[in-house]
Amino acid sequence: MAVAAPRRQDGERGAAALRILIAVAKFAAMLAVTLVGLAAVTFVIGRVVPIDPVLAVVGDRAPQRVYDRVRAEMGLDLPLIEQFWLYLSRILTGDFGRSVLTTNPVLTDIARYFPATLELATLGTLFGTLVGVPLGVLAAVRRDTLLDQLVRVVGLIGYSVPIFWLGLMALLVFYARLDWAPGPGRLDIAYDYIVTPVTGLLLVDSLIAGEPGVFWNALSHAMLPGLVLGYFSLAYISRMTRSFMLHELAQEYIVAARVKGLSETRIIWRHALRNAAVPLVTVIALSYAHLLEGSVLTETVFAWPGLGSYLTNSLQSADMNAVLGATLVIGASFVLLNLLSDIAYRLLDPRTR
Amino acid sequence: MMNCVRGLAAAGLMIAGLLLPAAPVAAETPRDTLVMAWQIDDIITLDPAEIFEFSASEIAGNTYERLIGYDLADVSKIFGVVAESWTVSEDGRTLSFKIRENKRFASGNPLTAEDVVFSLQRAVKLDKSPAFIIGQFGLTPANAEEKIRQTGDFTFELEMDKPYAPTFVLYCLTATVASVVDKDLVLANEVDGDLGYGWLKTNYAGSGPFMIRDWRASEVVVIEKNTAYTGPTGTLARVVYRHIGETATQRLLLEKGDIDIARNLGAEELDALASNPDILVQSAPKGTVYYLGLNQKNEHLAKPKVREALKYLVDYDTIAATVMKSLGTAHQAFLPKGMLGAVTDRPFRLDVAKAKALLADAGLPDGFKVTMDTRSQPVITGMAEAIQQTFAAGGVDLEIIPGDGKQTLTKYRARQHDIYIGQWGPDYQDPHTNAQTFASNPDNSDEGTTKTLAWRNAWDPGALNAETDAAILESDPAKRAAMYQDLQRKVMADGPFVIVLQQVEVAAVRKPVAGFVLGPSFDSNSVVMVTK
Repeated sequence: MAVAAPRRQDGERGAAALRILIAVAKFAAMLAVTLVGLAAVTFVIGRVVPIDPVLAVVGDRAPQRVYDRVRAEMGLDLPLIEQFWLYLSRILTGDFGRSVLTTNPVLTDIARYFPATLELATLGTLFGTLVGVPLGVLAAVRRDTLLDQLVRVVGLIGYSVPIFWLGLMALLVFYARLDWAPGPGRLDIAYDYIVTPVTGLLLVDSLIAGEPGVFWNALSHAMLPGLVLGYFSLAYISRMTRSFMLHELAQEYIVAARVKGLSETRIIWRHALRNAAVPLVTVIALSYAHLLEGSVLTETVFAWPGLGSYLTNSLQSADMNAVLGATLVIGASFVLLNLLSDIAYRLLDPRTR
Repeated sequence: MMNCVRGLAAAGLMIAGLLLPAAPVAAETPRDTLVMAWQIDDIITLDPAEIFEFSASEIAGNTYERLIGYDLADVSKIFGVVAESWTVSEDGRTLSFKIRENKRFASGNPLTAEDVVFSLQRAVKLDKSPAFIIGQFGLTPANAEEKIRQTGDFTFELEMDKPYAPTFVLYCLTATVASVVDKDLVLANEVDGDLGYGWLKTNYAGSGPFMIRDWRASEVVVIEKNTAYTGPTGTLARVVYRHIGETATQRLLLEKGDIDIARNLGAEELDALASNPDILVQSAPKGTVYYLGLNQKNEHLAKPKVREALKYLVDYDTIAATVMKSLGTAHQAFLPKGMLGAVTDRPFRLDVAKAKALLADAGLPDGFKVTMDTRSQPVITGMAEAIQQTFAAGGVDLEIIPGDGKQTLTKYRARQHDIYIGQWGPDYQDPHTNAQTFASNPDNSDEGTTKTLAWRNAWDPGALNAETDAAILESDPAKRAAMYQDLQRKVMADGPFVIVLQQVEVAAVRKPVAGFVLGPSFDSNSVVMVTK
């Protein structure tokens, strides 16, 4: 027995390693299939929309010979399948092409616009989660009370009010009238050009550069759009938390816990919420992924140069390199968040390990 | 319960905020910096040889110098900017220019005839969208070096294929594409013989009052004072053009003092600002005209009496007074007011009875059904809806097809529309720019390569083609003006265009900013003399 034990441990380690290897391979395959599928669908949509991408380059008044030359330079005179193959070949070498609208390589643009969206989405999700989860729990615990009704109304407003209207109202009240928040944009003019971008996240770059003034200015600019986005996240998360908690509070183990004499606080926050947290992780991840797509209306109202505006502008001009690049980044974000959700499941629920 | 109370209090705070009077405001922008909110997401290049968009043209106008300029108050007055003087050869085919000797680029390099010749040759050789403006004198990438030739350190000649009207040539040389670039600097950044195109798309090599410091697409353009510039300027060290897409946001920023000028306010926002003593609304007529294009491939629209009837079914004055309040004036000729030969005749008024009679004469007593491709943009949509109502009064059932700008344009350029509602601005300050597109269509077949507005609407203007060509060879300005007046009246009477308005550009300027100029064209809007 004393000899057999290490072998079994070796075998278990090997099996665990194999399981990890399989999981990684599965993830890589899923990522590849998702991205190629996304690229294919977006590419086809980009080619069938009734917008001439050459117009974005040459404008409305270029002579026909200029138009024809640019069309050929863009490869639009090739068969569709050949265009797609060329595009795939290029992106496999890391070349996503150039954006027509910004003239930059698409990856350079994404490195600039995505962090701006990431900042807002993260702030929004943090706000939505930190406020939405407790609200949802309280609403479930005090079901059908005034508090519950209020939380439901807050959720309903979040679902039904147009985000651009809420953004404008927030600006009108907190910027124009109360003077609590700075105006649109990521920074005041006085703070522009002080920090050299490293990550593209101003909040991080300003700290790296040791510029607390820039950090606080960037944070103050991000708060209002972050809270507006976060409100919509809050509406979704609080509603779902309430629903999950109601389900959990009706379970027998809750009755058993009460019979055991556990305090109500412990029952709610340690037992019921822990079980509700498993599906809640998916809800939060989905909400985060949705915000990462970029909320074009919020970005427009707050003059926030994020991925949503970039994608929308590109779509309207059939700037397909930019559209494809941004779509792939969003697709990759979804897959990554899915993976993180899976990992969180395993941490929260021992049955899934 | 306490939680409920706090929640209600928060809600109350939000509502109270709406009702609070506006907080006292104070301009917060630096004294030496002009901050402008503007929709600048149309910029795709900073190279003057390629710039053809409104925003980039204006930036170039403040940062580059051209050979020739014109008086913003009176476009008919032309003067030399980089050029000191010029002469026309006896056969009218060659213009000889003398260049001012005291000019320097922002790089410190002296500006000579070599730079001017290089700039014009480069624009023709690169053959980007606006190259035709100077290429139309018989210049091609193959002959540019032969036809545009340096004759001294500060002199050069421009040889053309025909004896074009000198004013026509000179006006073309006021366009952005004729800006002078720093040859040494541009060629120092040349890659694979691209004449510095890849570099200049995002960089600067000019001699204007300001130099471009930074451009972040759809976000900001920053220009700074060019210390090498010796002409008169205001007090600004820099100008920041911020892209603010939402017009309501522009208004808030202006009222708060976080910007000095808002460029894209709508009629409602301008109304709201009218009572603000800190804000001055400036306006200036622009060359852009709003029009309906009637596709002659549609069997009904191809009938002359139907075209005429539709011109009587638009309430020009009401549209100008309501939808386009402050942003346009009623106008019916293809040349905008202020341009050589422009007529201000307005033969058409809303007259439903007359329109019905014309439709009956055309064999359509019960009217007909037709579609109109319409950009989903507030002003255009508002105009379309107003026209839909008056068309209906005459029995014409107009279906509005909304779409994105480039989507509707794609359809228009493919001649697949019935009616297209659009706008057209001149490429340069000579009447030929609009005459060519509204009154000329040398090949009306689907394969036609000169896609003028007449072609897009499948209209064969017949004899007007020759008359348009003749007008650019007439050297007597008075006779030339008369030729354009005749062309306008003919197009007005029979053409497939219902020209509705001439655009007025408006800017809301916060005091104490002064000296901002809205010129007659988009590239002539100037911040050069601004003071704060």
